[in-house]
Amino acid sequence: MSAREPVVGAWPGVGWALGRDVRLALRSKAELGVQLLFYVIVVTLFPLGVGAEAQLLRALGPGVLWVAALLASLLSLPRLFAADFADGTLEQMALSPYPLAALISGKILAHWLTTGAPLAVLAPLLALQFGMDAGESAALLAGLLLGTPTLSLLGAVGAALTLGLRAGGALLALLTLPLYVPILVFGAGAVGATHAGLGAGGELSVLGAALLAAAVGAPAACAAAVRIALD
Amino acid sequence: MLQTQNLAARRGETLLFSEVSFSLAAGTALVIGGPNGSGKTTLLRILAGLTQPAEGMLSWRGEPVRPFDPRLRAETLFIGHVPALKDELTALENLASLASLHGGEVGAERLREALAAWSLSRQRSLPARVLSQGQRRRIGLARFSLVSRALWLLDEPATALDDAGIASLCAAVAAHLANGGVAVIATHQELALPSAASRSLRLT
Repeated sequence: MSAREPVVGAWPGVGWALGRDVRLALRSKAELGVQLLFYVIVVTLFPLGVGAEAQLLRALGPGVLWVAALLASLLSLPRLFAADFADGTLEQMALSPYPLAALISGKILAHWLTTGAPLAVLAPLLALQFGMDAGESAALLAGLLLGTPTLSLLGAVGAALTLGLRAGGALLALLTLPLYVPILVFGAGAVGATHAGLGAGGELSVLGAALLAAAVGAPAACAAAVRIALD
Repeated sequence: MLQTQNLAARRGETLLFSEVSFSLAAGTALVIGGPNGSGKTTLLRILAGLTQPAEGMLSWRGEPVRPFDPRLRAETLFIGHVPALKDELTALENLASLASLHGGEVGAERLREALAAWSLSRQRSLPARVLSQGQRRRIGLARFSLVSRALWLLDEPATALDDAGIASLCAAVAAHLANGGVAVIATHQELALPSAASRSLRLT
């Protein structure tokens, strides 16, 4: 047998993980539905709880829609790597010729497509309960579309770091939620700024910048943490 | 092709093994035996580059390699004691997914042949969750013919296999060795490997 050149190329690796995880998510639709339903219910509890005072709901709306998005994103994070870790897929991924960071990027992208993206699309509908107008809903949608991938990326680092730990889920929430704070501030701020007539350009730019930074750093950090967990 | 010098492994405070040195030429297999907890799996994981040895070094094709070395990864097929299957996917999808992860052959025809060779033709559209332990293990082993790798690292490959399965396993390993490959196998069972090409190592 001759020496083979290592297979290089990150994109096929991203594609492999993305395709497989999306297919797995579609096979277990219940899990997908649970997260969306959780989001809908948490958001709906607030108007029911605080009463139908239009001014108050309008002030609460952006914060509630964003905090619920953070919590919903936490819900599926513990399973992001844990299932692959338990069944041995993660060690096969670490030993595959593709860069581990590329495979993990694909997994994170799949996680966002199956959790963050549907949630973002659903949010403008839920915003009606808080009396948001079209401009604010657009800012909410844009903010969530830019912000939720960052939540998946940051959350993945936490999930990789808590891999194989007992009570990893609770630790994961403690580790990840503080990292989510800037996204929450600027995401909810984008809606608030639109409401005040200032335009959401600044906040959305910050969310975009955070997404780019997380997209560059998070997969490599996850790969390093996964290798430590496998050792 | 594969060489180790004075490998030692520790788990916590306990020393699992030390001064494990061997050298495997092309076309030979090393069968690792030893009681439970003697470090067979750890040794295989060190050879795969998953675990850092406490001491010693590992070289592949004459060059020292470090954990997760891309050169070693591109030539290694590691089959651990968990079969890396997804319960939701069918046998065929699982095999296709594993083979393509290693840049292997995933043509529908080849996949069906590989499953047929391991007597899984009738199970190919069944989700892995309903398959028996032995059948799950066979899906993992069906990768042999789809992924071409010089170094096979097999952790208890015969577990849960019936006699016919063990015979297929031995035949596959023998063909791999005849082809100039190298295999390291941790096992409790006697495997009928070509005696001229296989050596054994006992961890205590």
